[in-house]
Amino acid sequence: MTMLDVSGISVYYGNIAAVKDLSLQVNQGEIVTLIGSNGAGKSTTLRTISGLLKPRSGHIVFDGRKIEGIPAHDIVRLGLAQSPEGRRIFPRMSVAENLDLGAYLRNDKAGIAEDQERMLELFPRLRERIAQKAGTLSGGEQQMLAVARALMARPKLLLLDEPSMGLAPVLVDVIFATIKRIRETGTTVLVVEQNARAALSVADRAYVLESGSIKLSGPARELRNDPEIAKAYLGG
Amino acid sequence: MAQSTTAAARLPRTRLNLSAYGERIAGFTILAAVAAWLAINFIDNPQQFMTASVIGISNGALYALIALGYSLVYGIIELINFAHGDLFMLGTLLSATVVAAAFNLFNEPVGMGALGWLVFAGTLVLAAAFCASINVTIEFLAYRRLRHAPKLAPLITAVGMSFILQFIGLKWNGSGQKDQPSVLPQGSIDLGGVQIDTNFFVVLAVVIPVLVLMTWIVTKTRAGKAMRATAQDPDAARLMGVNVNRIISFTFAMGGALAGIAGLMYEQVVTTTRYDLGLQLGLIAFTAAVLGGIGSLPGAVLGGVLIGLIQGLNEGVKYGAGQRWTQSVVFSILILMLVFRPAGLLGKATREKV
Ligand SMILES: Nc1ncnc2c1ncn2[C@@H]1O[C@H](COP(=O)(O)OP(=O)(O)OP(=O)(O)O)[C@@H](O)[C@H]1O
Ligand SMILES: [Mg+2]
Repeated sequence: MTMLDVSGISVYYGNIAAVKDLSLQVNQGEIVTLIGSNGAGKSTTLRTISGLLKPRSGHIVFDGRKIEGIPAHDIVRLGLAQSPEGRRIFPRMSVAENLDLGAYLRNDKAGIAEDQERMLELFPRLRERIAQKAGTLSGGEQQMLAVARALMARPKLLLLDEPSMGLAPVLVDVIFATIKRIRETGTTVLVVEQNARAALSVADRAYVLESGSIKLSGPARELRNDPEIAKAYLGG
Repeated sequence: MAQSTTAAARLPRTRLNLSAYGERIAGFTILAAVAAWLAINFIDNPQQFMTASVIGISNGALYALIALGYSLVYGIIELINFAHGDLFMLGTLLSATVVAAAFNLFNEPVGMGALGWLVFAGTLVLAAAFCASINVTIEFLAYRRLRHAPKLAPLITAVGMSFILQFIGLKWNGSGQKDQPSVLPQGSIDLGGVQIDTNFFVVLAVVIPVLVLMTWIVTKTRAGKAMRATAQDPDAARLMGVNVNRIISFTFAMGGALAGIAGLMYEQVVTTTRYDLGLQLGLIAFTAAVLGGIGSLPGAVLGGVLIGLIQGLNEGVKYGAGQRWTQSVVFSILILMLVFRPAGLLGKATREKV
């Protein structure tokens, strides 16, 4: 079943097109990755899906509902959460408050407490720092918090924008192992990555973005073995 | 050889320490001078000193309410809302008008006893709602459209709004004073030779619970969390499901309500107002917000009370410079503050990891 269907969107900053006639699908239960070099339009695509940007043309259907043009805060309500590029945690709020904000639209106190506990099990480092101001966390801890915060919304679809950015290799592995675990709990994942090798190793399918358009797509396993991909994105 | 290298390496550090040391000495000298001045005045005439302090705190509590409006708005959209002082002025005019109507309605020439408290409470709610609505409307009509414009555009718009509100005040009441006696029983209490106006207790009885309520809203409620999140990163807040426009309206409503409450208190204590009142009090309250650290809510309260105290003492004790010098004294302190602690007393000087 198609959970997210992006068809032919074009997104502009002023008069400059950052994304041109882009289409992609994410099926329920999948991990899909969107890879591409700097400035290819990956973050723009995710920001548009989340409603922070409006496409000039094209349609976005999430869970059977057209969402282009719906304000960002209402899209979250439909079950689509994003951990944005650069983490964007709330620096002067505690780790606990950041997690609370992830569950901003939920009313089920018991469920929220339960999910917070799950997040602290997933990321034990956050438990040790629960009362600390998020701005004082290390980069890796902030990344964990950003992912945990997005999961607190209990999304059906989770968008992750470069979750491994700036992390030590060990932590990159932790993040990708976590992505697999997130999928096991029934959340569908669309992940944007610079680290194409890691992304392709956990993803089911992949899209390759170049200058705002999809250049290639297919099962992640195939793309991993594609010599051209290897040359362009996997460093040889 | 090894020794001289060490000495050379140490040299710049020593110089740095010296300048930090010098700055600290200067800071302590100023603080010591202030403490000495306070002590001399206190010893000279303790009653006079205490009376002046009480008046200062009473005024300071009102400055704090107004200063909070500047800091709330600055905290969330980084705009200095120049119209805020004039909003407060409209609050005083509304209060005076409502109180006058109540005097007419109940046909009481002076003082209204128990009924007075009822009128007071009703006017408090009205003034808060009135100023909150105006503030929300201003944001909706003017500032919202300019949110992504260069910073200068909303700033100039705020200055324009200030003139518009003054003009409304002028149309409402003309260029003269509006005098309206208080509805509350007047008098004073003698505490060991210190005359304390009953108004002082009324001001504290209103301002303290209002501050407690506001602190609770900002730190504990869902809306408060959304406010702080929006202040720190509006796009990230959107991704959490926060309706940022609504939260900004809510913030303007809160700031406006505080200005309205301050308006009533001022009208009741001073019993006169005029269309240009906002210019003077707005500037003082804005200074209080900067002194405390603009954007910091506890800072605004601290700044307001400090400036009230400075003013009260400067005007009320023997070795004070007198009323004509109050503005100069207040701004000298502000400048010193900005030199030694640019972020203000409780401002956020810490840099965040990005
Ligand atoms: N706010 C903006 N205003 C103008 N142009 C922008 C803006 N944000 C992005 N762009 C441009 O849009 C294009 C796509 O940017 P985007 O951030 O989507 O790239 P990306 O694929 O996420 O890159 P990276 O891997 O570096 O994060 C780039 O050419 C960028 O310069
Ligand atoms: Mg990006």
